[in-house]
Amino acid sequence: MLAILKRELSAYFNSAIGYIVLAVFYFFSGMYFYLYCLYYGSASLTPVFANMFMIILFLIPIITMKSFSEEKRQKTDQALLTAPISLFEVVMGKFLGAFVMYSCCVAIFLLYTLVICFFTTPDWAVILCTILGMLLLGGALIAIDIFVSALTESQVIAAVISIGVGLLVYMIDSLASITQSQFLINILSTVSFNSNFNNFTYGILDLSNVVFFVSVIAIFVFLTIRVFEKKRWS
Amino acid sequence: MVEVKNLTKVYGDIKAVDDISFTVGSGEVLGFLGPNGAGKSTTMNIITGYLSSSSGTVTVDGTEILENPKETKAKIGYLPEIPPLYPDMTVKAYLEFMYDIKKVKLPKEEHIDEVMAIVKISDVKDRLIKNLSKGYKQRVGFAQALLGNPPVLILDEPTVGLDPKQIIEIRNLIRGLGKKHTVIFSSHVLSEVSAICDRIIVISNGKIVADAKTDELSTVISGKGQLLLEVEGSSSTVSSAINDVYGVKKVTSTGNNRYAVDYDNTVDIRRGVFNSLTKAGCVILEMKSGGLTLEESFLQLTSQSQRKGGNK
Repeated sequence: MLAILKRELSAYFNSAIGYIVLAVFYFFSGMYFYLYCLYYGSASLTPVFANMFMIILFLIPIITMKSFSEEKRQKTDQALLTAPISLFEVVMGKFLGAFVMYSCCVAIFLLYTLVICFFTTPDWAVILCTILGMLLLGGALIAIDIFVSALTESQVIAAVISIGVGLLVYMIDSLASITQSQFLINILSTVSFNSNFNNFTYGILDLSNVVFFVSVIAIFVFLTIRVFEKKRWS
Repeated sequence: MVEVKNLTKVYGDIKAVDDISFTVGSGEVLGFLGPNGAGKSTTMNIITGYLSSSSGTVTVDGTEILENPKETKAKIGYLPEIPPLYPDMTVKAYLEFMYDIKKVKLPKEEHIDEVMAIVKISDVKDRLIKNLSKGYKQRVGFAQALLGNPPVLILDEPTVGLDPKQIIEIRNLIRGLGKKHTVIFSSHVLSEVSAICDRIIVISNGKIVADAKTDELSTVISGKGQLLLEVEGSSSTVSSAINDVYGVKKVTSTGNNRYAVDYDNTVDIRRGVFNSLTKAGCVILEMKSGGLTLEESFLQLTSQSQRKGGNK
């Protein structure tokens, strides 16, 4: 697992992709930070986080798109699957690789918090909770997108489907508002990434929100393993 | 060392591998021969645990691949048809990665250096794999399979797409590896298999159609030898003279002083036939071997079963 994690990270940072993702993330987060905090003299990072949701929806598919699709295209999955390691280790290695890459992006918020420290005392509860929320939200999207990447041999298809799924996840609340059935509304608002994420941005650490994102990660890691199991057996 | 029992793999209604059984002894070099699409790669993928069988078992040195995947996979070095290389890594970084995921216990630096020396890639160890020539890539694939000194090596068409010089190098490499490892290697080129292997299994349409020592293969396939003769003299004299020779099974006159002689392939009857006919005063005008060459028997064998397969 560690070996795969190490290889994933070296693949991101030995090519341009890791730096481009970092640059885009830092650029937009910096822009929102300037707009909402520095320009208005506000110490609240909450609007910055809310706006970064959209950016993440596009960046995470870029991080994960070649995760398994490229392995399948280059036939290197044969080396992974015939090595004496379990599928769980392979998938977790891939997941953690993308997650660490994403965490490097999110880490920039610690720098912004430091900047706020110069002017006033930041609301640490809100900021740390939101960073945790960002990590969990990103982790859930990464797990979904790695699953998508395991379904295809094409990076482009993986990226496009992942972005589509991400946007759908983003719009779940809007979908909930147009349905009539109370039952559906209940379901949709339970699985809504937005509503599960929002509590974090208020500085509320609700266990149910944490469990929700961790469950999404667990389910999609499991499904990814099943994709490879199925390929072996069919 | 490797025991394959009643292996079957079904894709939809197509039987890619149909009830294959064989065993490979320790230190044996086994050639897996068959036309493209015969089921060679599928069988190898099952042995290495990349695919699972529909039914049947694969046992490597006492452990079963499906029951004990980790332990069994650790005993196998596998070079798939397309070497599993990461183009964006250097040769050394790649081998270090493979060393890690194979959980090899030997001293890392020394072991990787040793393997690189065996396949002669030490001079390119700091180059990116994508910049290597096809022959070098194949050798990096070999190096990857050799990591951890697995007792069993499985090589899927290791010489395809290489130039003649590289093919000879790879062949010598396999021959050298055969001294220390049990090797199963596949090819659709007969001359290659017969040059390297102790034993050949011919597979066609998912079935084993022949399993024999390399030098006995043509005998096994045809079952007998044949000698074609043109001799002057009365046919009865000639026939009885030839029949007296040890090893001759049957003499048929094909007209025009021509005869076809079936004989037991374990003896060479030509000297005896010459002596016997000279004694009988018959002059031999022509004598040639009518038996099938290895190449012809292979073709006959695989086309026969393909025809049978077509009738299904």
